[in-house]
Amino acid sequence: MAQTQERETKLTCRNVWKVYGSDAGSFFPGGNGAVDDPDALVERIRESGNIGAACDVSFDVHEGEIFIIMGLSGSGKSTIVRCLSRLVEPTAGEVILDGENLLKVSKEKLIDIRRHKMGMVFQNFGLLPHLSVLENVAFPLQVQGIDRAARVKRAMEMIDLVGLSGRETSYPRQLSGGQQQRVGIARSLAVEPELWFLDEPFSALDPLIRRQMQDEFLRLQKMLHKTIVFITHDFLEALRLADRIAIMKDGRVVQIGTPAEVVMKPANAYVEEFTQDVPRVKVITARDIMSQAGKPLEGAQTVAPGTTLEQLMPRFGEGLDAVAVADESGTVVGHVTPQAVLTALATAHEEGSTL
Amino acid sequence: MTVAAQEQGSSGFSLGRVSPQLVSWLVFGVFAIACILLREEMKWLVTYPKEWFLKLPIGGEWVLLEKALEGLMDWITLTFKPVFRFISMVLTYPMRWLEGLLHWLPWPATFALVTILAYRAKDLRLALFCLAGLSYMLIVGYWDESMSTLALVGMSVPLSLTIGLVMGLLAFQYRWARRIVEPTLDVMQTVPTFAYLVPILILFGVGPVVGMVASAIYASPPMVRNVMLGLRRVSDDVIESGEMSGCNRFQLLFQVRIPAATPTIMVGVNQTIMAALSMVIIAAIIGGFADIGWEVLSTMRKAQTGQSLLAGIVIVVMAMMMDRISRGFTERTGDIPLRTGGNFLQRHPLLWAAVAATGIGIVLSHLVPFFKDYPDALVFYPAEPLNDAVSWFTREFFFATDAVKTWTLYYFMLPMKAGLENIARPQSWGFSMTQTTAAIYWAVVLGLGAGLVRLFGWRAGVVVGLLGVLYFFGSTGTPWPAFVAAVTLIAYQVGGWRTALFAFLGMAFMLSTGAWPRAMLSFYLTATSVLFCFAIGGALGIWAAQSDRASAVLRPINDTMQTMPLFVFLIPVIMVFLVGDFSALLAIMMYAIVPAIRYTEYGLRNVDPVAVEAARMMGCTERQVLWRVKLPLAIPEIMLGLNQVIMFALAMLVIAALVGTKGLGQWVYDSLTNARFGQGFIAGGSMALMAMIADRIIQAWAAQKKRDLGVD
Repeated sequence: MAQTQERETKLTCRNVWKVYGSDAGSFFPGGNGAVDDPDALVERIRESGNIGAACDVSFDVHEGEIFIIMGLSGSGKSTIVRCLSRLVEPTAGEVILDGENLLKVSKEKLIDIRRHKMGMVFQNFGLLPHLSVLENVAFPLQVQGIDRAARVKRAMEMIDLVGLSGRETSYPRQLSGGQQQRVGIARSLAVEPELWFLDEPFSALDPLIRRQMQDEFLRLQKMLHKTIVFITHDFLEALRLADRIAIMKDGRVVQIGTPAEVVMKPANAYVEEFTQDVPRVKVITARDIMSQAGKPLEGAQTVAPGTTLEQLMPRFGEGLDAVAVADESGTVVGHVTPQAVLTALATAHEEGSTL
Repeated sequence: MTVAAQEQGSSGFSLGRVSPQLVSWLVFGVFAIACILLREEMKWLVTYPKEWFLKLPIGGEWVLLEKALEGLMDWITLTFKPVFRFISMVLTYPMRWLEGLLHWLPWPATFALVTILAYRAKDLRLALFCLAGLSYMLIVGYWDESMSTLALVGMSVPLSLTIGLVMGLLAFQYRWARRIVEPTLDVMQTVPTFAYLVPILILFGVGPVVGMVASAIYASPPMVRNVMLGLRRVSDDVIESGEMSGCNRFQLLFQVRIPAATPTIMVGVNQTIMAALSMVIIAAIIGGFADIGWEVLSTMRKAQTGQSLLAGIVIVVMAMMMDRISRGFTERTGDIPLRTGGNFLQRHPLLWAAVAATGIGIVLSHLVPFFKDYPDALVFYPAEPLNDAVSWFTREFFFATDAVKTWTLYYFMLPMKAGLENIARPQSWGFSMTQTTAAIYWAVVLGLGAGLVRLFGWRAGVVVGLLGVLYFFGSTGTPWPAFVAAVTLIAYQVGGWRTALFAFLGMAFMLSTGAWPRAMLSFYLTATSVLFCFAIGGALGIWAAQSDRASAVLRPINDTMQTMPLFVFLIPVIMVFLVGDFSALLAIMMYAIVPAIRYTEYGLRNVDPVAVEAARMMGCTERQVLWRVKLPLAIPEIMLGLNQVIMFALAMLVIAALVGTKGLGQWVYDSLTNARFGQGFIAGGSMALMAMIADRIIQAWAAQKKRDLGVD
């Protein structure tokens, strides 16, 4: 979308493969993941008894964007996020961070990158059971060799940021799941990473807590503007949080797009299944259905591009023919008619042409 | 003849398709009968001839394995003696120093230190328990001996822990190390305790260092195992979070993995301490050190039961204290708030209390003699009254105890040992073995076999046949080719040809080194104890599984029994039953019954609750639920219990040699007292092989059962 295209690319995942099996490397002479016929290769890998956990995965993540990889268990989403940080060594392909291929850097350099550029939140929190909250959050700083006073100060700030002040001396087992994940978040942010990985961070939490944590996450991102790769199996969570979503199935990326694109124009029947029960009024925004052509409407009400249909509809209820869509600077970039809203809600498929 | 019974029993039915397993047993039956019928003509069928012993060509001569090993050890001793004597010397210094320190430290200071440690480990109750335990040692007058034992343990435990940690880490990090460490641990587990002492004694010479080195080696396996297990169990999330924090290899290991594995590693520390204590006590057999183990042993040899009981209680108390303190540290949940404020003194009040108490204790001991050395006049040593009480008890209950002993000996142990055909006498059995009585015996076996075949299938017939033969000819009178064939066949059918080959080679080793007759004696005692343990322990386990109250009563008893140094079990037994096979049986049972109880309870309690519910819904009575559902499903677990019972029984068998049993255990003990490496190696190796053969067969059997039940 227009908004994201303006941003610079932070991280590129290009033709990444992760194949498990004794002769995994033999499929990729020279570690080159850009094969001519990926479908045929996937088939060959399967027939040879190897397991293709991630196959020919490519995407770009832009500066400051929340990029969500969504897929069910076994779809390869956790594998791919681990390939990005080389927790799992990809079999072939390239992972380019700030113009540098991560798969080519030395172990030492990788550790350095992890220490300064990356932070990660884990599904089951991954807290160190023998350390207090404060020590856990300060741990990444400690392994860097930052002196005690500085790391305590920084850790305290992070603990405050996630709202856990007062629990610094508690141990992980004394905290609830939600609190533990707050510690996990604080720890992942302690090194001020540019790239923030979250691997199903809220999946182990109760639905109510999950909702709270999602709000918390959005609040943090508003302040911090990190580049985020977020893994989830929950489609609604993806729609709620994402700037863009990549949907994975059987190790392959099925579709990449904004929430509205995915909902209104599912790439195949598999994606469509997910979109069935999605409340479109909450996903589709004015930006998605506005017509850019035409003369400016005189005296029309203006709305922001991110206004959802749910928020738009009451205005049409007042009898308006159309509303203008204006960006942050006040420039009108298009307009939306009631017909456009109805069409978008009725047949998302055919409405694709307006995108 | 029995086999004939079983043969007829099984062929009496028209089996649609005869399984190859059954056929092999029928063939075996013919072979066994042939062996039995020919044993008068061919003596070698019962006694493996000396000419067939294994000989090695050394220096142009054929030398017996025992002698060859002896020569090897002589060579090693001669060549490396200075090295070992040097190590011995190096280890002696800190050892003597620690011993000196513990003896010099006035008892009030030791009291205070241990009590504070116990309080730190757990709570006030444990502290009071330790206070009471120490008071006992002091008042009975075993203070110095106790401190000597403590010094030995105090030296060997750090050694064990270091060895264990290093080995565990290596095995975890490197595949090649794991390939060496894992089988070594398996073997070490089965080698009898005394056998450890033989080479160490020869290499290091008599002295307390032998006990220390032996217990350091003996006690390290639990540490190795728990270190490996703990490191392996650290969750992936934790490891990955460490990696993402930018840990290098070193940081990942020492700041993430090891601390996260600490709870499991601490379990290893606890087990290591207990094993070290056990071995230190056993090592007293070498003598040369006035510790509490020596006190028990020497009084036991002089049949001073009261004295050995009093000293034995010191060991029990010491074991309980060490176990609970170290377990306290393991189980402490760490809910102690992090004290960041205050100075060092405020943060560690107990440390300062300990320092202060020691200081006060030392000062006091200089001012008041009472605190320096506990006065002899105040020692309360009720050995004589205890002796009187014991002899009163044995006199008073002689008929009861003697009846139990005689009954068990005559109807169970002696036939299993020497065979019914040799021991049936009119005064014990009411008849002597004639053609007629033998015929009646076989008729009974045959009838029983046929009945069981009808009820449970041909395998039950095989079991009855084998037991029938064993009971009639005794484990020493059964022709060895038949015995070897039976075990190999079982091993083959349960675990495949690898297990069978292992069993066969193991038995071949025992035959060709001359260990066989003694191995059969050990087999008889072990088998009898295991059967008894299993019958009684199984019943107790079922009871504990059905009743929470029974479980609550049995659990602490089991826990305590398990931590006791093996020595202790001998004391009450010989007090009442004197030396002999029956006392050995009881001592073995006291120790080896624990896993039978535990595994039975565990297996029954962990049966899939859905299966139990389903059975109840079908209208099963509680009894039917137990017999038809729970027990069959718990069998794999119970099998593992049986395996443990056998291991425990063999471990205790060696110790039981002290109460006058014959067999491998006694042979190991004998090799120790005469410092004969070859004999010790063969006897210890044979026991280890027995344990390993039993282990492999039962493990394979349990695995097969699990597969059959689909509860893998």
